[in-house]
Amino acid sequence: MAQFVSLQDAVRDVMSDGLCVALEGFTHLIPHASAHEIIRQGFKNLTLVRMTPDIIYDQMIGMGCASKLIFSYAGNPGVGLLRRLRDAVENQWPVPLEIEEHSHAAMANAYEAGAAAMPCALFRGYLGAELKQVNPNIKMISCPFTGEALAAVPSIRPDVSFIHAQKADRKGNILIEGIIGIQKEAVLSAAKSVVTVEEIIDEFDTHPNAVILPHWTIDYIAEVPGAAHPSYAQGYYARDNSAYKEWDILSADRDLFLKWMAEHVMQQTPDVFAKRAQFTNPQSTGQGDSCDE
Amino acid sequence: MNSHAEKNEFTSDEMMTIAASRMLKSDDVCFVGIGAPSAACNVARLSHAPDITLIYESGTIGTAPDILPLSIGDGELCDTALTTVSVPEMFRYWLQGGRITIGFLGAAQIDKFGNINTTVIGDYHNPKTRMPGGGGAPEIASQAGQIYITMKQSLRSMVPKIDFFTSYGHGNGYDDRQKLGIKTTGPTVLITDLAIWKPHPETKEFIVTNLHAGVSKEDVQAHCGWEVTFSKQITTTPLPDATELNVLRELHKRTNAAHQRI
Repeated sequence: MAQFVSLQDAVRDVMSDGLCVALEGFTHLIPHASAHEIIRQGFKNLTLVRMTPDIIYDQMIGMGCASKLIFSYAGNPGVGLLRRLRDAVENQWPVPLEIEEHSHAAMANAYEAGAAAMPCALFRGYLGAELKQVNPNIKMISCPFTGEALAAVPSIRPDVSFIHAQKADRKGNILIEGIIGIQKEAVLSAAKSVVTVEEIIDEFDTHPNAVILPHWTIDYIAEVPGAAHPSYAQGYYARDNSAYKEWDILSADRDLFLKWMAEHVMQQTPDVFAKRAQFTNPQSTGQGDSCDE
Repeated sequence: MNSHAEKNEFTSDEMMTIAASRMLKSDDVCFVGIGAPSAACNVARLSHAPDITLIYESGTIGTAPDILPLSIGDGELCDTALTTVSVPEMFRYWLQGGRITIGFLGAAQIDKFGNINTTVIGDYHNPKTRMPGGGGAPEIASQAGQIYITMKQSLRSMVPKIDFFTSYGHGNGYDDRQKLGIKTTGPTVLITDLAIWKPHPETKEFIVTNLHAGVSKEDVQAHCGWEVTFSKQITTTPLPDATELNVLRELHKRTNAAHQRI
């Protein structure tokens, strides 16, 4: 049953060292505030799962939170490479990072299998792809009916999944709109879930097929306006593309990275996100005033 | 009236994007890779192929962005899409389900059979350079009806042997692809900043069929790491016309303005 708490309390309650954790959001609704809170509380040896590690995991890996990464595309979308991730893979800085690499199709199927409580996912994939030679968690099996060679990967079953969504209602039901990515599967495949939302409202005004996660599938909800920044929340604020471009420079150098993290993450609280996002519709969030600072 | 631009009035990048855009038709259902493919696909949509269905792996189907997205999941794509589905649905029903006619990919490293590496330079377990990896490409390469590829030529990007088979093209040529049980056609065209390449019908090696205006065979060979085969009936790629150039430049202008505004 969903509890409304602060993000600090949610992270303190669900997290411990060594857990398998997914922070999902496919370009849209990336839960940056949750990642920063995990970094601040200093959790280590995490297995981080995410289709597109992106800036959010570049920061967690660079701060030494992770010992293993399960992923399918490790780039800064449209900009280039993830420099902290590369430094960890190529130079073991700040700590060694084991990687388990898949394709998007494999990860999407594996999350879906996790949500369906299956041990593995089957799909027509990895044909001719060399990943199956370097990742022992990719196996080929024969269809028992046709004999066709199909790829099998273990399902994803995180200890905790974190997502960001537009709205919660007072009961703790969660509404996700726009590019919905893999968030539903991330929550339903996990033992526990934490959702940050742009706002909590009395009741949803939406259509019958809206993507809603019922309150009894969620453990903790924290209202953190702007929590996806520099990613975006459809209807609230746009993707901060210049921040993604700047990250390429900020992350290129270890000292510059640590200095930036000290200032923008370690010395901050989740409230800072409301000031970072450029809200397009200030009335709807009640956070308009804080944008003017 | 000749509406074609003089050959000095456009860049080789513009020629590449426009030549790539011409490969697409209004009835195509195209899975769009980010970067150069995205520009080409949207130029096609804004010029000769207005009814083309563009699909990005973030789940946006039938999208019609006014500006080029920086990522495959910018809000612009969802705002202008016919519908937006989840990522598992995208890969299972639409791509694996065989609904995509064209997969349009870029490549960091490619060989003469259209096999693509976007994973590592050097050894996988001890890489010299760790690149982003495959993302959607390994299954786009095997499941889209056919594959178009667009990339700039260089000795680093067009190599005799790729370091890692991220996405399978024609293997070592001939019927390697069919032998692996892949039912789709694979790479059918490669559009670079210098030339247009198509696979030889039998060997499946990419051969140059068109040279862009002002480009010599020697230029192509100087920017390619394998020994290039040229078609006996080689022709010159038609110059960009005024409409094509205008569409492309306006698209870039709107994109730059939007990215600076945010």
